[in-house]
Amino acid sequence: MVSHMKILIVEDDLEAAAYLSKAFREAGIVSDQASDGESGLFMASENSYDVLVIDRMLPRRDGLSVITELRARGIHTPVLILSALGQVDDRVTGLRAGGDDYLPKPYAFNELLARIEVLGRRKGAPEQDMIYRVGDLELDRLSHTVKRQGRELLLQPREFRLLEYLMKNAGQVVTRTMLLENVWDYHFDPQTNVIDVHVSRLRAKIEKDFDQPLLRTVRGAGYMIKDEPRIEGRAEA
Amino acid sequence: MSRVGILMRTTAVRLSALYLVLFSLCAAFLVFYVTGMSQRLLDQQTKDAVSAEATQIEAIYGRAGVNGLLRTLERRARQPGAALYVIAGPTGEILAGNVASLQPGLLDKEGWTDEAFAYQRYTDETRKDRHVALAQVLFLDNGLRVLVGRDLQEPEKFRVLVRQALMVALGVMGVGALIIWFAIGRNALKRIDRMSDASTRIMAGDLSQRLPMSGSGDEFDRLSESLNAMLGRIEKLNEGLRQVSDNIAHDLKTPLTRLRNKAEAALAHNTSIDGYRGSLDEIINESDQLIRTFNALLMISRVEAGSSAAEMSDVDLSQSVADCVELYEPLADEHALSLEAEVEPGISVTGNRELIGQALGNLIDNAVKYSEGAADARILVRLSRREGGAVVSVADFGPGVPDDKREVVVQRFVRLDQSRSKPGTGLGLSLVEAVMELHHGRLALRGTMPEADGAKGLTVDMIFPQSPT
Repeated sequence: MVSHMKILIVEDDLEAAAYLSKAFREAGIVSDQASDGESGLFMASENSYDVLVIDRMLPRRDGLSVITELRARGIHTPVLILSALGQVDDRVTGLRAGGDDYLPKPYAFNELLARIEVLGRRKGAPEQDMIYRVGDLELDRLSHTVKRQGRELLLQPREFRLLEYLMKNAGQVVTRTMLLENVWDYHFDPQTNVIDVHVSRLRAKIEKDFDQPLLRTVRGAGYMIKDEPRIEGRAEA
Repeated sequence: MSRVGILMRTTAVRLSALYLVLFSLCAAFLVFYVTGMSQRLLDQQTKDAVSAEATQIEAIYGRAGVNGLLRTLERRARQPGAALYVIAGPTGEILAGNVASLQPGLLDKEGWTDEAFAYQRYTDETRKDRHVALAQVLFLDNGLRVLVGRDLQEPEKFRVLVRQALMVALGVMGVGALIIWFAIGRNALKRIDRMSDASTRIMAGDLSQRLPMSGSGDEFDRLSESLNAMLGRIEKLNEGLRQVSDNIAHDLKTPLTRLRNKAEAALAHNTSIDGYRGSLDEIINESDQLIRTFNALLMISRVEAGSSAAEMSDVDLSQSVADCVELYEPLADEHALSLEAEVEPGISVTGNRELIGQALGNLIDNAVKYSEGAADARILVRLSRREGGAVVSVADFGPGVPDDKREVVVQRFVRLDQSRSKPGTGLGLSLVEAVMELHHGRLALRGTMPEADGAKGLTVDMIFPQSPT
């Protein structure tokens, strides 16, 4: 799967930046690099990127001020903030400054990748769609109903929101923390596999009595809903 | 530095010196004022006496003529301690009286002499004996000039005496004050020395040292008392810190050692790609657990740093508790437990929703983990109002925590022996406690079934105080 996405990494740790760049290339994402706030701001203003990955603490101009300045110049490229400060309120200040997502260090690359793909919005359903469809599964956001092969499935409100988020990002990996953030609006580490339990309950409801599985577990990353037949043994990442 | 040098630098001595200077200035002013006033008074008396005498002389002259005047003056001049009398001719030559010589030109003007003048008496043995006097000159109608005066010797002596007496008195007072100040300064200095000796020993690392107290309850004692209280607090915090860092060292070393062992074992034994893959997976899991522990530690210290680090707003506690129960319900279900909630609606507190959620999550997670072999396969989450505030309690029916261990389990990294085998960081309850402190509330642990013989269960209460509205 080639996404043809182009991103900018603003990170002063050159080793980390090189590792990211290589890992993104393997995932089919082209990346440019800037090692300080000023050049990051310049590159983000001059070129067009799908997503900006900005470290919070940078030489010459800090990450938050780069974002504020970009927004002031009318550049609305989605921004993911990376930070060694990972606590609740740092996230709040980061998002307030105009960031779209916030990932505390150290992070798993799969987590970063999943979030960037969601921010890049190359796949999944457009925001304004009222009905999401994945294969024979249909979710109506207005009437809050879910049907598969025309048969209505009864979901709890939270299960509905979980499925809604998965279908909105159909074809993309969503991680456990993304689910906790977007479905439950909590940003802490639940320490246990609560999310997995919720997902497996949902899976039981949408896949039981049907042949084709839709909701797959991506090993080491998270979950993805997709209508292609599953290729056994292959891990999407 | 010499003792005197140190003494000179003490506040007491400096203040004393300032007071001494001010006092001296006042005293000097007093001396000059008193002597000046007494001189004026004496001068006035002299003048009054001279005026009275002059009036008498004029009266005698008018009644008895020149001869009568001469007789009277001759008689008066011979009396002991007599005033000054001079009768001179129209040109100023002395005709009679008790004065040998006068300052020249003194008799040329009628009325008061402009200022005190010098003269000599007949009784003076040498010409060096000069006296000072104040006098009035009268011009009689027959051309004679009469001078009546008073010697100023006596008032002058008196004035000198007054001045000397004042000076001596002030000198004695000044020396006395100096001695008293010195004594006080030395005493204060000695006590400060003892205090600074004690603080030097404390700085050298002996936190059990305390500042000396004299027991008099004075300012120094009060200072020592509050400093000692501060030292006690520091000692306690330091002790806590040392314990925490020991625990951290221990609890982080264990997983790091495991991590290293796994990597080493993989290098030594695995030959297949799948073998390596499996080892790397294990290593990543182990690192994730370490990161989790670090995050939890950081989180606790951030929360403990106080409300400035966390945003507080109105939190719908009823909704939060319901959300949390909903989030953890499938987990409990997976462990064959039923998670039941009794939530009183419409309760809200001022707080941080994320932190409250995480704290409650930790409690439910703990309850799920430690409900093994429970007498009752239930976990009860309750939210109710209490004393204007609110209480969230999570009750399980597992083995519980012995009464004497309830304080200990809240500490960082403390895990009771029977729980060592369970996954977890040993930081869960510490975080809950920190969160409750942030909300000015507290955490309380009790048995769910305190009367039971075996498993008593554990109920953890998150007690929120009344919101300050």
